This record gives sequence, structure tokens and C-alpha cells, in this order.
Amino acid sequence: MALIELKNVTKRFGQLLVLDDISLAIEAGKSTVILGASGSGKSVILKHIVGLLKPDSGEVWFDGLRIDTMRDKELMKVRRRLGFLFQGGALFDSMTVADNVGFPAKEHTSKSPAEIAALVQRCLTMIGLPEIGAKMPGELSGGQRKRVALARSIALGPEVIVYDEPTTGLDPIRSDVINELILKLQRELKVTSIVVTHDMNSAFKVGNRLVMLHEGKIIEDGPPELFRNATNPIVKRFVAGEADERELAGLR
Amino acid sequence: MPITQIETVGKDTLNRIAEFGEFCRFCASTLSWAVVSLFSPRVWRLIMPQLYEVGVKSVPVVAITGGFIGMVLAIETHAQFKSIGQENRLGGVINVSVIKQIGPVLAAVMLAGRVGGALTAELGTMNVTEQIDALRVMGSDPIRHLVVPRFLACVLLSPILTMYSSLLGVLGGWVVSTQGLGVPNQPYWFYSQYSVDNWQIFEGLIKSVFFGGAIGLISCYKGFSCGAGASGVGRACTEAFVSAFIAIIILNFFLAKLNKDWYEAIYGVQSVFG
Repeated sequence: MALIELKNVTKRFGQLLVLDDISLAIEAGKSTVILGASGSGKSVILKHIVGLLKPDSGEVWFDGLRIDTMRDKELMKVRRRLGFLFQGGALFDSMTVADNVGFPAKEHTSKSPAEIAALVQRCLTMIGLPEIGAKMPGELSGGQRKRVALARSIALGPEVIVYDEPTTGLDPIRSDVINELILKLQRELKVTSIVVTHDMNSAFKVGNRLVMLHEGKIIEDGPPELFRNATNPIVKRFVAGEADERELAGLR
Repeated sequence: MPITQIETVGKDTLNRIAEFGEFCRFCASTLSWAVVSLFSPRVWRLIMPQLYEVGVKSVPVVAITGGFIGMVLAIETHAQFKSIGQENRLGGVINVSVIKQIGPVLAAVMLAGRVGGALTAELGTMNVTEQIDALRVMGSDPIRHLVVPRFLACVLLSPILTMYSSLLGVLGGWVVSTQGLGVPNQPYWFYSQYSVDNWQIFEGLIKSVFFGGAIGLISCYKGFSCGAGASGVGRACTEAFVSAFIAIIILNFFLAKLNKDWYEAIYGVQSVFG
């Protein structure tokens, strides 16, 4: 059964059509990867799933609840069931790493400071950075920032973790660390993962199901094997990382 | 061509109305959270650092502004009063101006520049780096968490800073008038006391509460709605200062009119010339 469902979602920003009548059902417990070129609407889909954007038409459902028409107060309750890893981490730069990771628990639970400190330590240990709690986000590398952001997003034990370009801007080794971390969380926390990326290595490694967006529409949807042996020329070129004649024309 | 121009004007008007509607919603949400938050120890913990940012750090700027305004008023008005043989009444005019009008307005303008700009830049940067979205996604209301402490700090500290600025304005005016321009001390304070009653002091403070509220709301709103990138944050800071300045000037007019009507209804007209 689908945990998250987008039904005929259309979204425009001014004249630009970003999502064109998209329907997508995401199953619980699986890892779904949304692929597509930059500007193809991948992050826009994620922001619809967490209610940061509302569709111009269509419906967004989460666990049997329609969230695109929900009031902010009800939406907040739904959001507590989700963890979101932002592309740049979005850590609060005025707080230490420990305060960042402990923030959701401090806000939404009645845990004591000692319990929150223990929770923070557990989360930081899970992402492999147990000793950086006292540091400020500005002192961390790009990969560390993403891992700390991930620790923050799992602090309340979410059912779904949403990753927005988790490996963008990282070197191949750091990217692989993040990929392994996504798999570890999937395995140990039994969460539903939704990953937006244009990194094919990452997509093949973490995805049970791959969905490709192109010009606001889903053009391919299936297991990783389908993409490895793609027949659709756009998908084929994307997987191989090859530009077409039209895209190269501007260089000549 | 005329149709296109009409279309552009229409679109521009609609955009402005929509933006004003957004601002009103933002204000309503902030005010409703502010009422609830006044009784929440958790929010008071968030207010404390803002009190330091808004209040303590603004003291030098506001003090210098107030002190020099009093001194300038003394220099500018002395010759005129002397020409009609009324220089003994200088204290009344200087102190009424400082306490009722110029003190609160200039203290607010300095706050809009120093605090408003900083608030917009901070929240704008948080917006651009998705920290505000991160709060929303974590199920927290960013208005309650980010705007309310800053708004309350502006509202609570604006009258205190205005009092401080006015006090230094009074001192500045007195120093220049009595020590520099030779106005006798005793009549200076006698006419000051005659012209400035509790109502004038109260009027200046009430104005400053509204000015502080306007600075907090406008600066935070501009930060929340700023465009992408460094240029978006920079533009938001400029817009925040200009909008806050205009709001202060307009609010000052309406509050002055309202206070004057109430004062005259209760006490009648009172002249500084006795």
C-alpha cells in the first residue's frame, strides 16, 4: 500500500510549468529515487510531499491524510513523522551541532536535558561522528554538515526520510559514506526513503525503485535494472551522462 | 501598446495588494503567537539573547543621537528666542520637542537602521540557506520560534531606549543652553517643568512602542520574504529600512494627532509661552 501519493499534481512558477499532471505512489519501507536533470522538478516534488509547496491542481496524500489542503497546525503533526535532509544541510548556524541535533526533541517532546543529550549522542554515533557535538556548523566540512543534518532528521524516529540531493558537492568517497549511511538507516530504522539525486552511482546503490522526471513528466519508473538497460533515449543519455546535440549546440 | 501598459499596471497593483495581504497575515500570526508566548518560559529563553542584541548593543547609537539632537535644538532655537527676549523659556521648547517628537522618532530611525537591518539580514540568510524551511519541516512554527522573540524584544526595548535617548537629549540641550549660551539655570528648568508634564512623557513612550513593533514586524517580514542569493538579502535589508522609516513617519503623524485630540479633550490647549 502507498504511504505517500501524488495524484495528478501540476505546479507552475509564473509561466514555467514545473510539474505537469504527475501521479506517483511511494510504498512504505522502500527506497525510491527520483532522478532528473537540474530544474526538472525533483526538489519541487519533495517540497510537495512535506507540504512546503501546494500544488496548483491535484492532490497530495500521506498515510491516508490529504496534506495539500491541511491547515498549518495539522500539517505540523504530519511533518513530525518525516525527516528531511536539505541539500545544504540547513543546520542552524547559531547553534552547536548538539543543539541542532537535539532541537526537534527539545521542541516536540518533554524529554529532560539529560535524555536529550543521550539522544543526541545516539544520533551522532549512528552517523559516525560521535565527538563533534560541541562544534559549530561553520567548523564542519560539507560531508560532515550533511551527516549532522541527517542525525537531526532522525532524532524523532521518523517513518519517512526525504533526501534532497544528499551527495551533491561531495567527493566520491564522501558521497559513498552518505550512500552507506542511507542504506544503514533504511536497514536499522526500517524507514521509507525518498532520495532526489542526479548522481547515478548513488541512485543505483540506494534505490529499490527509480523514477525519472523530464520536462515536468515522469518518463521512466521501475527497478534499477530497467535504467541500466534503458531503451528510452533520454533515460539512456542521462544514465550514461551524455549531452545531446541540442544541448551541445550552444557551445559551437 | 496601451493595453500592455494597463496590463502591467494591473499586474503590479495585484502583486502589491497580494504582498500587503501576506504582510497582514504575517502580522496577525506574529501578534497571536506573541500573546501566547508572553506566558511561555521557553519563549522567554529565546527572547533574552534578542534583548541583548536589540537593547544593549543599541545603547551607544541611541545615546549619541539623543544627546546631539538636544544640543542642536538649543543652538538652532536660541537666537530666535533671544530676539524676542524669551530665551528663558528655551528649556520648555527643547524638552517638549525632544520628549514628544524628535527623541522617539530619531531613536526609532536609529533602531530601524541598526536592529532592523541586522534582523532582516539574519532572517534573510536563514531563509536563503533553507533554515526557515528546516524549522517548518521539523514541525515548528518559524514565526513563533524566530519572529516572536525578535518582535517582543523590539516592542519591549524601544520605550527604554527612547527614554534613554530623550534623557540624553534633555541633558544635551541643558548643557548647551546653560553652559554655552548663557541661559540661566533656574528659569530653564522652571519652564521645562511647566511645559513637560506626564502626558508628554507618556506620549513619547507610547509612540516608541508602536515604532518598535513596526520595526520588528517589517524587518522580520522582509527577511522571511527575501529573494534568493546575496543580492536578495541585500535588497531585503534596504527595503526593510526604507519601509520601517516610512512606517515610523506615518505612524508618528497619526499618533501625534490622536494624542493631541485626547490631550485637548482632557486638559485643553496649553501653550509653551504660558
